[in-house]
Amino acid sequence: MAEYQNLFNQLQVRHAPDPGLPIADPENRLPDTGFSYWLGRIGDAQLGPVYLGWLGILSLITGGLSIIIMGLVMWASVGWDPVQFVRQLPWLAVEPPSPEWGLRIPPLNQGGWWILCGGLLTASILLWWTRMYTRARALGLGTHVAWSFAAAIWLYLVLGFIRPVIMGSWSEAVPFGIFPHLDWTAAFSIRYGNLFYNPFHMLSIAFLYGSALLFAMHAATILAVAKMGGDREVDQITDRGTAAERSQLFWRWTMGFNATMESIHRWAWWFAALTVITGGIGILLTGTAVDNWYLWGQKHGLIPQYPAVWEAPVVEPGELDAPHQGMSFLSAPEGTLVAGVALPDLGLPVSFADLTGSADLPLETEMGR
Amino acid sequence: MAMLSFEKKYRVRGGTLIGGDLFDFWIGPFYVGFFGVATIFFALLGTALCVYGAAIGEGLAGQTWNLWQISIAPPPLEYGLGLAPMLEGGLWQAITVCAIGAFVSWALRQAEISRKLGMGYHVPWAYGVAILAYVTLVVVRPVLMGAWGHGFPYGIISHLDWVSNVGYQYLHFHYNPAHMIAVSFFFTTTFALGLHGSLILSVTNPKKGEPVKTPEHENSYFRDTIGYSIGAVGIHRLGLFLALNAGIWSAICIVISGPFWTRGWPEWWSWWLNLPIWS
Repeated sequence: MAEYQNLFNQLQVRHAPDPGLPIADPENRLPDTGFSYWLGRIGDAQLGPVYLGWLGILSLITGGLSIIIMGLVMWASVGWDPVQFVRQLPWLAVEPPSPEWGLRIPPLNQGGWWILCGGLLTASILLWWTRMYTRARALGLGTHVAWSFAAAIWLYLVLGFIRPVIMGSWSEAVPFGIFPHLDWTAAFSIRYGNLFYNPFHMLSIAFLYGSALLFAMHAATILAVAKMGGDREVDQITDRGTAAERSQLFWRWTMGFNATMESIHRWAWWFAALTVITGGIGILLTGTAVDNWYLWGQKHGLIPQYPAVWEAPVVEPGELDAPHQGMSFLSAPEGTLVAGVALPDLGLPVSFADLTGSADLPLETEMGR
Repeated sequence: MAMLSFEKKYRVRGGTLIGGDLFDFWIGPFYVGFFGVATIFFALLGTALCVYGAAIGEGLAGQTWNLWQISIAPPPLEYGLGLAPMLEGGLWQAITVCAIGAFVSWALRQAEISRKLGMGYHVPWAYGVAILAYVTLVVVRPVLMGAWGHGFPYGIISHLDWVSNVGYQYLHFHYNPAHMIAVSFFFTTTFALGLHGSLILSVTNPKKGEPVKTPEHENSYFRDTIGYSIGAVGIHRLGLFLALNAGIWSAICIVISGPFWTRGWPEWWSWWLNLPIWS
């Protein structure tokens, strides 16, 4: 076992930087290149040259503007206090408009900033998609990367655009912010009867875990035959060598089935793409076609009829005809975020910071032990 | 014979860890070996116990042949770390032993096949991380918590219910910092897998009428678009690193929930809000 397992580069050769293959507009390639020793330990040491056409410039400008505006809105929400901005940053949010605005465009301080940031971010992403497509074509490559990226954009658009439009309200969309988007996810799941019972959520998770499994299997296999040239995958595809043969026999002998050097990458492409494709379908069906996945699961024989454990029946979301928006998973008390810092009137929800003021909860709330 | 055109010359004796030549043979495409026999033994026994449990209706839902609802539950908490009667969680304990036996045998079988083919041991080590995550869920955490009842039930819907319930016991599991890291690794792994799969396919399946491209095209594409190409070996090191970390941090995020943190995870972040540097 104490032999070299090809986990890092033992030797690095420095040469003139590779300028890249010829393209029609080489003036758009920034000439700057460099070498990084530590990147060279695990992969290629060379940095650059990067291509910067107008698609890339516009994408960086729109994306950068979106991030900067998000930061400014969050900073404003703590009264422009720089210390509190850093302190509370994970809790700060750019919230979408409240439900009464429907699909109309509200003033900036009532969700307009969210629409602006979302629009800029979407523009940035679509420009970047076009860049990935055109760069592939410029080198004569297939456009598989762009279509894989498009699958991810599908999920992004379902969450922030398509589903809100179908539901008739921007308030359905995900807020920008670290903890706030996690709160949205939890509240969304509970509101619709637990997303775990959503079969497309099940598929998406299965493909997500499957992707990790597949990448571990594939990457480990290639590294295990790298000493025979297995990492030269394109060569092994077009002219099969002993590395490809051994890697295929490994899985054939292990589980009775094997991919080929090319088909493993088709498995990879589909597992990654289906993670976000099925995920987007699952989100799109939630609240539009299905109002409560728990009740849906019971109706379709997925979920057993559990014995009643509470005296009073629990009202499931969707069993009542009440508006559900603004439902808070944890109803923290109204008030300021932190003593001395007033919340500007941005309609921001109260953060979990409030809870830390009452950290001495009774012991019964702990785990039941 | 289910043999690939080039397979015969690779089917040679040797490389076994245990048993010498005794189990050194193939059945159809499968290599057997001592650990193949061990895997079959544990897998068949474990599956039979699952079917038996389903037949007598051991789970919360009562007897059912509904595949979604079949569930084998761990013992009630009052049995602590002791052995439970067969119908009150003993089945779960026996199935857990079978599962671990089958998984470990499978990993060792992969090691034998690696030896036979003169390959590195990356695959069995990687699989070992998956076993570690499973053992953390059903052995390490229950032992640290003092009861086998803290393991998860074996069933399709029931294990989802367990994840949901345990998550909400800590109020909001997304605030668990190790869970954040694990989820980020899962997303990044899938992202990198999509990129790697796409890149190889785009090089081998170029624009119609053009010849297959080269690794130099791979480098040029990624340098053009993001300014860095990690290279053909590098992407597999990165992929393995990302995938294994997804498993490792998943194990960490659940083993700290209960044994090392018993309150809501949102509250954990108060250390940040209460740092002395803010005042």
